[in-house]
Amino acid sequence: MSVLYALLFYVATVLLIAGLVYKIRQYWITPAPLKIPTTPAPTTRGGVVLRMAREVVLFESLFKSNKWIWLFGYMFHVGLALVLLRHFRYFVDTTSFIWSWVPLISPIGKYAAFALVIGLLGLWARRILVDRIRYISSPSDHLMLALLVGIGSSGMLMTYVVHTDIIAVKVFFMGLMRFSIQPLPTDPLLLLHLGLVALLMIIFPLSKLLHAPGVFFSPSRNQVDNPREKRHIAAWAAKLDK
Amino acid sequence: MAAEFQTPEFREYPAVPNALVKDATAHLSPFIAKPNHQEQLGFPGELVENWEEKAIEKMGDLLSKYRGLRVYLDSCVKCGSCTDKCHYYQGTSDPKNMPVARQDLLRSVYRRYFTFAGKYFPKLVGARDMNREVLDEWYSYFHQCSQCRRCSVFCPYGIDTAEISMAAREIMDSIGHGQKYCNEILGKVQTVGNNLGLPGPALSATLEEFAEEIQDDTGLPVQIPLDVKGAEVLLITPSADFFAEPHIDGLMGYAKVFHEAGVSWTLSSHAAEAANFSMFIGSYSNMKKVAERIRDAALELGVKRIIVGECGHAWRVAYSFWNTLTGVGAGADASDEYALKLQRQLDPSVPQPMHICEFTYDLIQKGKLRFDKSANDHRTVTFHDSCNVARASRMGDWAGGQFDIPRAVIKACCNNFVDMDPDSIKEKTYCCGGGGGLLTDDLMEIRVKGALPRMEALKEVVDDRGVNTLAAICAICKAQFAKVLPYYNFPMHMLVSTHQLVGESLIMTGSNQEKALQPKQQAEAEATAEE
Ligand code: SF4
Ligand code: SF4
Repeated sequence: MSVLYALLFYVATVLLIAGLVYKIRQYWITPAPLKIPTTPAPTTRGGVVLRMAREVVLFESLFKSNKWIWLFGYMFHVGLALVLLRHFRYFVDTTSFIWSWVPLISPIGKYAAFALVIGLLGLWARRILVDRIRYISSPSDHLMLALLVGIGSSGMLMTYVVHTDIIAVKVFFMGLMRFSIQPLPTDPLLLLHLGLVALLMIIFPLSKLLHAPGVFFSPSRNQVDNPREKRHIAAWAAKLDK
Repeated sequence: MAAEFQTPEFREYPAVPNALVKDATAHLSPFIAKPNHQEQLGFPGELVENWEEKAIEKMGDLLSKYRGLRVYLDSCVKCGSCTDKCHYYQGTSDPKNMPVARQDLLRSVYRRYFTFAGKYFPKLVGARDMNREVLDEWYSYFHQCSQCRRCSVFCPYGIDTAEISMAAREIMDSIGHGQKYCNEILGKVQTVGNNLGLPGPALSATLEEFAEEIQDDTGLPVQIPLDVKGAEVLLITPSADFFAEPHIDGLMGYAKVFHEAGVSWTLSSHAAEAANFSMFIGSYSNMKKVAERIRDAALELGVKRIIVGECGHAWRVAYSFWNTLTGVGAGADASDEYALKLQRQLDPSVPQPMHICEFTYDLIQKGKLRFDKSANDHRTVTFHDSCNVARASRMGDWAGGQFDIPRAVIKACCNNFVDMDPDSIKEKTYCCGGGGGLLTDDLMEIRVKGALPRMEALKEVVDDRGVNTLAAICAICKAQFAKVLPYYNFPMHMLVSTHQLVGESLIMTGSNQEKALQPKQQAEAEATAEE
């Protein structure tokens, strides 16, 4: 089982990174030939950085639009961020200097899991109950939520109900990072949790989860509003100038 | 022709999202372009034989040229935030008029041919093959989008359905399945120089008439010059300003402002059109071709400034794209001879191009214009932010100047101004319902229904705040409102051009109006002195 999961995580990591590199490179090299920021837009680079920060940290546009989606979406994402930070303890040596902040975040991360799962359930309820959102959902949208709820709830069960040997888990992952396969505890819940995480890593670059890198490349949000001051021209478009 | 339809009822304000009515407007499609309309723009005359393949090929081409398209197609998480934001959805309840559902018409095909998940698990991710049913659906619903970008404001990733519908229309054009209205008009502007197909001599006769009208009214030798070499300003304005009401009154307003400012100006018969419908069909090369007429006219006439009249999409093209397309602007690289040729000629001390509202606003700021505001006292004015001005361009040198400047101009010449519901103005403004190449009689039903949210917001200020005048700054908005106001039981004459308000209250030096005012002012001054 340990070997199987070790391989699974190696494969998942390679696919995640390769997939993301491929997509990000694709976004990077595809030109944006016209200035299309949604205005009013910042007139300076610094302004754009702020706009992007508000978008990514506060979900500004979503907040303008719909308070319920914002609330559930925000709970989920902030919960996720904290939970991920908490998981750093499985990958960082207690003696390393990065460890210092891990004990600080751990207790918060423990409760953040509730926000994560409640947020997801809220979003899922809307997906089922609001006719407009039901209409635009395909099976993959529900499965994505199921996957995330599965990961979140299996994790919470291990934190609060059926504990697993987290020391051994840490040894397993620290081992993976040194290419040595250590025994992984075989509690079904842990195997389920890790299996779903690996699956999530694999589908990340193939799915709508691409919104995470995508938002940074969105021309309606990342362009400076200065078309009169600076001629903006893509290589393929420049060829049309006589 | 068009089937009978019902004007939507006003909903209780503020409205909650409608329940879905599937396929409510599936029957709406504009007329297909004729072979000659298609071919003059470089598109195949009719649906090509292997069009399914060609469509996918074109999609691949666009994906490699437009980062936005690629990112938008990948990034949507189906959060639902945009679903109730489109005026066409609000007016029709058709789920395919929800922005994300509209995108999905194209995204489903993108997924099928360009993504791993869609290739191997099409059902799971809602991917579809390109087929006739899909094409018909595209043709119908991508012509029920006015590319107003309201959805993009509310999307957490800024996904802009306008970009998607432009791409879809470009794909359809490239396989020989274009829209008559846009393509026919684009043919005219490329051959004659304006959307109307109005030849130079007819244009100059029309302009002379308008000038005479102003002269009779003011007693001043106001001109509307055409093709004057060496003029300071080239005015590029939508050709509707030459023939439609209330557009003409706006044009006369510009003429008065130029005269009063003492700035020499000219129109061009070669480029007697600000509109550039190429944007609506997503065609970069056609957009460039149409914009190049303006570059050519500017070079030919040797003007120092280019100013753009009241039009929404035209201002988007001018403000956001002209510099890119033709070099009308500033800041070209030292090696960019093409752009520099024009940029060296243009006055670098003012923005190029400039909106007529910016021009008037600057004069007001400098105290160069005087108004008799009481001339507009019979009006309580509200202002409709045009979608393309609001969300795809700017005026002035601060973000949001496109909202402040027209309002400042109106307030400078009117005593009574009221804004509509904040959720329906500025960046959240609703499209008039006729933008994006929909301003054609064969789409009257969607135009009337799509106007619902704007009409509701208008109704509120008419009923509660006594508004009796709706000011616009876009040729399409004006033409659309002139048609749809009566459907909602508003009088058509409540619609005015913004520069009509300016023109009707401007006190021109030495004019009949100024003379008439003097005794009145003297009397007033004396009265105050006596007190
Ligand atoms: S761009 Fe405007 S018309 Fe098109 S889907 Fe978005 S809101 Fe609707
Ligand atoms: S708001 Fe954006 S991400 Fe959400 S459903 Fe609409 S297009 Fe998709």
